[in-house]
Amino acid sequence: MSRADAVAAPAPVAVPRYRRPGVAGAFTRRSPLGAIGAVIMLVVVVAGLAAPLVATHDPTRTDATQTFVPPGPRHWLGTDHLGRDIYSRLVHGARVSLAVGVACALLGGLGGGAVGLLSGLTGRRVDGIIQPVLDIMQGFPLLVLALVMTAALGPSIGTVVVAISVPFIPRVARVVRAVALGVRETTYVEAARALGAGGLRVALRHVFPNTVAPLVVMTTAQLGSAILVEASLSFLGLGIPEPYPSWGRMLAVSATEFAQRAPWLVIFPGLAISLVVFASNLFGDGLRDYLDPRLRI
Amino acid sequence: MRGFVAHRLGLAAVTLAGMSIVIFVLLRIAPGSIVDLLFSSAGYVDPAEKQQITHELLLDRPIPVQYAQWAGALLHGDLGKSYRYGLPAARLIGPRVPITVELAVMGMAVALLVGLPTGIVSATRQNTAADYGLRIFSLAGLSMPAFWLGMLIILMLVRVFGWIPPMLYVPVRENPGLHLMQFLFPALAVGYRSAALINRMTRSSMLEVLREDYVRTGRAKGLAGRVVVYRHALRNALLPVVTVVGTEFAFLIGGLVVTETVFNLPGVARFLVEAILWRDYPVVQNLVMLIAIVVVLSNLAVDLLYARLDPRVRYT
Repeated sequence: MSRADAVAAPAPVAVPRYRRPGVAGAFTRRSPLGAIGAVIMLVVVVAGLAAPLVATHDPTRTDATQTFVPPGPRHWLGTDHLGRDIYSRLVHGARVSLAVGVACALLGGLGGGAVGLLSGLTGRRVDGIIQPVLDIMQGFPLLVLALVMTAALGPSIGTVVVAISVPFIPRVARVVRAVALGVRETTYVEAARALGAGGLRVALRHVFPNTVAPLVVMTTAQLGSAILVEASLSFLGLGIPEPYPSWGRMLAVSATEFAQRAPWLVIFPGLAISLVVFASNLFGDGLRDYLDPRLRI
Repeated sequence: MRGFVAHRLGLAAVTLAGMSIVIFVLLRIAPGSIVDLLFSSAGYVDPAEKQQITHELLLDRPIPVQYAQWAGALLHGDLGKSYRYGLPAARLIGPRVPITVELAVMGMAVALLVGLPTGIVSATRQNTAADYGLRIFSLAGLSMPAFWLGMLIILMLVRVFGWIPPMLYVPVRENPGLHLMQFLFPALAVGYRSAALINRMTRSSMLEVLREDYVRTGRAKGLAGRVVVYRHALRNALLPVVTVVGTEFAFLIGGLVVTETVFNLPGVARFLVEAILWRDYPVVQNLVMLIAIVVVLSNLAVDLLYARLDPRVRYT
């Protein structure tokens, strides 16, 4: 205990102490919407991790006497055609959606960033090899390639992750390459080269920082896309296989058939998907504003 | 310019050849032979019939020969035979193509009509109420699954108007109005996402360009704001947008897969899902190749447009 506390001192003079704001504080001030996105994501992550604790019912237990119960005090978001509690299924489904999304976004972002820089900076010969390969990969629409791969390999979490993240690589690489091509011609890169900077130094010190903002935006947008594609695959019956509850499958099995009778079967799982993707997009935007010095005027 | 076009055309041909190899290989990693998969749901199988199909599919030949046969047939416009329907695949696919093309074009039109103007407004009025509203609108578009949006549209039509788009396909000759309505709602569902992406790309690209020196010079010498925005800034800002539109077209085809399923439109995309679920591999192989051709051609168009818009991007 310090002396200041022990003595009934006269009202202390408020000396404004400079406190350097933490990263989170600075981010929140800079981008309140981004912070809201981050908080939503955090809540969903925690809910997914603590699913057995926050769920009110067993997500797989059916109850023939409790089918199509509208949202109410006993079943917060209602029950489905088998009497399963929608809220509990959503909470458990969060695990799958987030795990798949994060894995795909990271794989795609890392791969695409590296390929894009290489392609944009190393000159015509390497670019001439990489571009057709990217074109070949990108030629397949994301969902079509994912569909065919899961059909060929059989649905499993690993297949779904690979099927979704591989098609991300050319998308990211193209954007990064476009930025790199533009930056390559700027005078400061010319200056750096004239001062004797090597290819790697130019790439990492001068070009890479310019690609961070689009890379971040692309990667977080992919987190959203990955969750959406997984939902679409599950909706079509080719996504994450049965024992795991999945938001997309909740929409497929019951919703189309019983939509008119019990709209909550359609509304809540779709809302969950949209909310998570919306939050990750908000967060990605916020991160872009925070990371891109040119926009910080 | 002519050299550049020739170069790009050559690349497109190489790309298509590469894609055909990828498709071919992908469908042969499948555990077990295609014939086994074809018969896996059939129960009792007549060995003679199995033998015959193995021969028809050329599975008793070496892999490179199989590939050469398939590619050769494809080059002659032979799409093979559907094992589910026992009909030539071309006869099944042909009537479905216009439906998917119409939906894709309408979806892209929705996307461009909504995405470009809102993106420009967002950028020129950065951090105003209009900008915030449009950003939330576009983020919502990126966040909603297209099939969910489709379901919501159908739910809403039923609740509000007591009407749903007909579940059976209405050809344009029979009833043009109903035909349009049948396509309008799926086009909205599938185009909203692309609109959102185009909006975002236009906005961020415009914001960057509006900070350039030549824009400031334009303003300083007294040009009208409209001239600066549309003649000087927009042209340069559209470069990355063109790329997004091109790649988004491929994504749109993916979106059609679920949208056609939700709205029960008998297009190519839904047929692909059916073929996959029925394990009708010859059809899957050719349909994916068809999609690949469309995407390569749209990429080629983007590249040529890009070179036209930006004289710096030319190799030859």
